[in-house]
Amino acid sequence: MADQPLTGGGTGVFAADGWQAALARRSEAVLIPLGALLAGFLVFSLFLLILGKSPAEFFALVYKAGFGTWFSWQNTLSRTAPLLFAALCVALPARLGLVVIGGEGAIVLGGVMAGGLAGAITGLPGPLAIPLLALTGGLAGAAWIGAVGALRHYRGVNETIASLLMAYIAIALMNHLVEGPLRDPASLNKPSTAPLADHLRIGDMPGMDVHWGLAVGIVCCLLSWVLIERTTWGFAARVAGGNVRAAQVQGLPVGRLIVGFTALGGAFAGLAGAFEVAAVHGSANGSLATGYGYTGILIAFLARHNPLALIPVAILLAGFEASSGLVQRRMGLPDATTLVLQGFVFIAILLSDTLYGRLRIFAPERWGRG
Amino acid sequence: MTVKSTNPQGALGVETVGMTMRFGGFTALDHVSVGVAPGSFHALLGENGAGKSTLVKCMMGFYHASEGQLMVGGHEVEVPDPRAAHALGLGMVYQHFTLVPSLTAAENLVISRGDTPQVIDWRAESENLRAFMAKMPFSVPLDQPVRALAAGEKQKLEILKQLYLGRKFLILDEPTSVLTLEEADEVLGHVRSLCEAGQISVLMITHKFREVTAYADEVSVLRRGKLVGAGKVADLSHADMAAMMMGDQAPAAPADRAGQSGAPVLSVSGARALDRSGLKDVTIDALNVREREIVGIAGISGNGQMEFMEILTGQRPVKAGSIVVNGTSYHATREEARINCVRYLPEEPLHNACAPKMSVTENIAFRSFDMNGSGTRFWLSNSEMRCRAAELVEAFKVKTASLDSQMASLSGGNVQRAVLARELTGEVDLLIISNPCFGLDFSAVAEIRARIMDARNKGAAVLLMSEDLDEILELADRVLVMSEGRIAYECRADEADVATIGHHMGGHA
Repeated sequence: MADQPLTGGGTGVFAADGWQAALARRSEAVLIPLGALLAGFLVFSLFLLILGKSPAEFFALVYKAGFGTWFSWQNTLSRTAPLLFAALCVALPARLGLVVIGGEGAIVLGGVMAGGLAGAITGLPGPLAIPLLALTGGLAGAAWIGAVGALRHYRGVNETIASLLMAYIAIALMNHLVEGPLRDPASLNKPSTAPLADHLRIGDMPGMDVHWGLAVGIVCCLLSWVLIERTTWGFAARVAGGNVRAAQVQGLPVGRLIVGFTALGGAFAGLAGAFEVAAVHGSANGSLATGYGYTGILIAFLARHNPLALIPVAILLAGFEASSGLVQRRMGLPDATTLVLQGFVFIAILLSDTLYGRLRIFAPERWGRG
Repeated sequence: MTVKSTNPQGALGVETVGMTMRFGGFTALDHVSVGVAPGSFHALLGENGAGKSTLVKCMMGFYHASEGQLMVGGHEVEVPDPRAAHALGLGMVYQHFTLVPSLTAAENLVISRGDTPQVIDWRAESENLRAFMAKMPFSVPLDQPVRALAAGEKQKLEILKQLYLGRKFLILDEPTSVLTLEEADEVLGHVRSLCEAGQISVLMITHKFREVTAYADEVSVLRRGKLVGAGKVADLSHADMAAMMMGDQAPAAPADRAGQSGAPVLSVSGARALDRSGLKDVTIDALNVREREIVGIAGISGNGQMEFMEILTGQRPVKAGSIVVNGTSYHATREEARINCVRYLPEEPLHNACAPKMSVTENIAFRSFDMNGSGTRFWLSNSEMRCRAAELVEAFKVKTASLDSQMASLSGGNVQRAVLARELTGEVDLLIISNPCFGLDFSAVAEIRARIMDARNKGAAVLLMSEDLDEILELADRVLVMSEGRIAYECRADEADVATIGHHMGGHA
């Protein structure tokens, strides 16, 4: 490319400034994922048509069961909390250029550690014990995913594969613990840890049937956004994610950033496990591994790893999960239908990644040129 | 020069006549006529960017010459693409291997053929291969995976592959750059004997005078896209070849140089690290750069300059030795770089010093985003970053559509200006630079060199690694030559003798 005079001549006047240019730059990150989401829905509709089902009925049912009434909203929002945490576990490492897909392992481990600890601290008052449970879950998750980051930086182990395989190890570890050392003898057909004492359980937020995990999850998203966009640590992480060689030449502590951000993501996922135990299941058992960690991957990619955008996307996906029971009963579609939908959307999102920077409408730098 | 068409054993004579290649306004190749007689071993010498690669790419059909003809076997031919060149019997062996590491030598040979059938009859193929190998003056183990072969064996296999494919004229592009001295001698010895037997003719691109003298019959020298010398190797000394390669260049009028050099800022002693191949060491025994001094490190690329840069930026672990800046031990942490005012300008700035998808504002902030006056900060200040970027873009005349534009949307010259703006603002004690003007146009080059000289005159110690000898002679106070991972030669720039420097760059001390 030749050096073309693009400046307007005067001081501080740029050819591609102004609100249209700013809007174009910002809308790329919104419209491309939205388009991919719609494309995923379209392919899924074709899939339904091939099965002889009506896509219109499907989406109407999803709306009704996920967002139609206050009751369905509460159902959706209760499922949103673990998804937010799981998505943060993908989004934070992603800002450093790492693809971590093993959040499920941190959720499971955080849950089982919190469930195990709960039996030992029944003597403590709730306001002291509950933060301790959350902290334990968070630390377990942080250690698990932080180890993935450390393996990546110090030994060059691929973080995607490592985190996925470590998720299987975590699930096996949980099964071992709840069927062995931590098993409550009273849990007969579903091995579990001892049920949490009533004063250790996390209740619902006032005026709704949704536990406190949602509020904490939203706060964590907000704080993560502040960390990434408004602090020097977040900036350093973005530089390392943008070009690790440039970050090294600038002397940025790339290793510490990688371990720190993966550990923080893991801490959020571990927190999700602690909330599942203390607010939903009442004890740690196999129900911890229900795939929130994997849905979180889809949410993070749809939200372009922006912690603020995670919130609406997580609510949307939670709505689909909340409606799967109704869809099953009314349309005779199996439970896995939601997974098929998620799969189509995910493929569309990955494909849409090739569109960034290609569409002239989003690139004000190229507006004036032939 | 008239070239006989072929000889009885089949070696092809190939000749370029007035070959010219223009890229836009830039003439990479200017009426170059090189003739390779059948069965001869011809060396093509020249500095980086002299046009050697362009010439052979025109011959092989990768480029279409703007003017001039290619004569193969005495007939003028058209070579629209590499496949046409192959059909004529022209083949090329590259600097780096093009073999599939997980396949055996036999499999590599068979799949390299264009006419491999869908179902391969391996028994017949291996019989054919054995018969083929029996006729060759050297051989390689056929049934081992290629990754198990030594570099020299791989290069022999590359040459065998060309013979297997029936090529009668080989272009070797720096075939020994990844080989040890012994391997290089063995491979080139075999090539030489094939030429003497009249089976092939060879045109070899090289920087190494030793190889030219030992193996080639004739030599052509390119400089700045022009053929500046040619002749029988027997008639030429290394000094003659160096003089032709470098030209009788007087260093360009140096930019204004002011002030005397002072105390040492950077001292490197006995620093040793693995090179990128992981097999050899790069060793810097002793190097000092003083304030108000530019030390230029000349050398052909791939002789350890990249590794030395990575040692200095802390990207490559050091096995031994010490690096001292301003009297204290230096490990290239952000804090040490800040305290000692050390700045880096790596080569290919978009690739090594920028985040291409971040904005111009953010890229300009890389060095200062965590600074608040003389202290550090935790909260980012977007408004300060923006102000600073606007100021520097103005002061360094960076042409960008907007401060919010992605760095990758800027042209090469403007990326380098933006990086210079970031690194040269404020007090600079030590400036470490690699190929700052690579790929830039003339006006940008002059401006960037002036800024480097300006930093020196203001008191900075400058370490300049460059493959462009003219650049070094123009800017440096002292010239070092790096060869085979070591500093091979040192002299003052005003006493520099181009032929001697070229001699050492060519690895012939």
